[in-house]
Amino acid sequence: MATIEAHSLRKVFGTTVAVDNVDLRIEEGRILGIIGPNGAGKTTMLNAILGLTAYQGELKVLGRDPWAERDQLMRDVSFIADVAVLPRWIRVSDLLDYVEGVHPRFERAKAESFLAKTEIKHGSKVRQLSKGMVAQLHLALVMAIDAKLLVLDEPTLGLDILYRKQFYDSLLNDYFDGKRTIIVTTHQVEEVQDVLTDLMFINHGRIVLECSMEEFESRYVELMVHPDHLAGARSLKPINERQLFGRSVLLFDQVDRNQLAALGDVRTPTIADLFVAVMTNSQKPESTQ
Amino acid sequence: MNAKIDNKPTFYWSVKRELWENKSIYFAPAIVAAVILFGALISAGHLPERRRNAMLLDEMRRRAAIELPYDIVAMVLIVTAFIVGLFYCLDALHGERRDRSILFWKSLPVSDRTSVLSKASIPLLVLPPIIFAIAVVTQFILLLISSAVLLPSGLAGTTWANFNLLRESVVLLYSISVIALWHAPIYGWALLISGIARRATFLWAVIPPFVIAIFEKITFNTNYISSLLKNRLFGAGDTAFDFQMHRSISVDLGQLTLGRFLATPGLWIGLIFAVAFIFAAIRLRRYRGPI
Repeated sequence: MATIEAHSLRKVFGTTVAVDNVDLRIEEGRILGIIGPNGAGKTTMLNAILGLTAYQGELKVLGRDPWAERDQLMRDVSFIADVAVLPRWIRVSDLLDYVEGVHPRFERAKAESFLAKTEIKHGSKVRQLSKGMVAQLHLALVMAIDAKLLVLDEPTLGLDILYRKQFYDSLLNDYFDGKRTIIVTTHQVEEVQDVLTDLMFINHGRIVLECSMEEFESRYVELMVHPDHLAGARSLKPINERQLFGRSVLLFDQVDRNQLAALGDVRTPTIADLFVAVMTNSQKPESTQ
Repeated sequence: MNAKIDNKPTFYWSVKRELWENKSIYFAPAIVAAVILFGALISAGHLPERRRNAMLLDEMRRRAAIELPYDIVAMVLIVTAFIVGLFYCLDALHGERRDRSILFWKSLPVSDRTSVLSKASIPLLVLPPIIFAIAVVTQFILLLISSAVLLPSGLAGTTWANFNLLRESVVLLYSISVIALWHAPIYGWALLISGIARRATFLWAVIPPFVIAIFEKITFNTNYISSLLKNRLFGAGDTAFDFQMHRSISVDLGQLTLGRFLATPGLWIGLIFAVAFIFAAIRLRRYRGPI
């Protein structure tokens, strides 16, 4: 059974189509990055998956209908919808008591040991913690829950680089075990590049690119072309061209790497490079299944 | 089966959570009680003189005069409970959207039904015993203060002869329960509005009924709506107590007319509205996110 399966998932706000007939299948054990410009429909799609918004079409998360069975689903799903949604009035120790009280799969010792590595005090209220500490606290709670699916919507927004690095390190080293599924959206694409197993770009409520990271690395090549070979390189139909230090950088999709190496310096593009290329292109690259 | 076993602690922790967040539920009545006691201490000097005057009255008036401070404690605390409960409800489903914490609460396996019912239970099930306990303790301390002050003048016994803390407590418990049931639709309405309004929940809760009452008065020159509202606010005592027996505000056990209260259609109509409002609030919370 796939962790998430959607057919013709659609969500309309007034005249705005936030999610436009999306078909989706996310298997167990994947770490999927959903990348898209602001207003692309990322959060709406995630909200549908989390049972926070009603939708049209068919959607099953861990075999359940999230809109009808949110409370049941949340035994197996954790999410950090945004930084700073922890109630500001609550005391850290009370928060631990509460989550332990209501969540059958919360292992308090795990949360405690994670918190012991931070400067968060049990007697503090959330409002007394810095933004980074609140994120650490939320992550400590989420990591102590034995969930099958973890959804992170901009989990590190507004945090400094140390916290962000530590956040993803903890997630990979202490949480991900190959069986859980993690979905993350972020604008800080470069930080998740080494974390992801799968990549999805969405724009205007549609999936415009969907591939595994292995596929990404074998398919896409970036060439910093030697000026003498520019015309030759252009004839190979790059999907994007940009200027860097006065030289042309061309991005290719499914063009032989050895052939390109003769024309200049080749490297695997960053997700950000591909994202910019795909979003600025009027013609979308074919998505692979 | 499993869900049933798990639901109980979920409700328990949800209520506890409300008490952590809303300390005014017990602080506000406690502070009011402390202020009353402080006032009693300050005016204690005049007590022997007042008591000597009271002893000149006939038995019924004497009892009323001696009981008066205790009745005031009870009434002031009941009014406090209503205000605290009302403002609690007006914020209950609004605050979590305002501070975005609704996204955190919804990330936990707690249903909207459990969340809303735990909030509705605060004015209906949690506040009444808190108010009762604070009122009884306050009355008891008042009794001790009055006894201590009257002891040198030899009048301490007059309080105990005329005032029965146990009887007062029974009347108090009855009053608090009856009033909570009578006000249930008001709390339900406030809860529903707190889930609907984006801001100014108090105004959204109060102004529409007020406007409708004025509209009725201007258009038809009748007062059905306003008398209905007045009855809902202050009418609990009309059928729950038999005030005809004598004119003082002190109440005997014989004046508690529970049967007549339970036979009042207004009680049941009110409860039906309360259930409907709470049910609507539960359904609504599914659609609600941060504002």
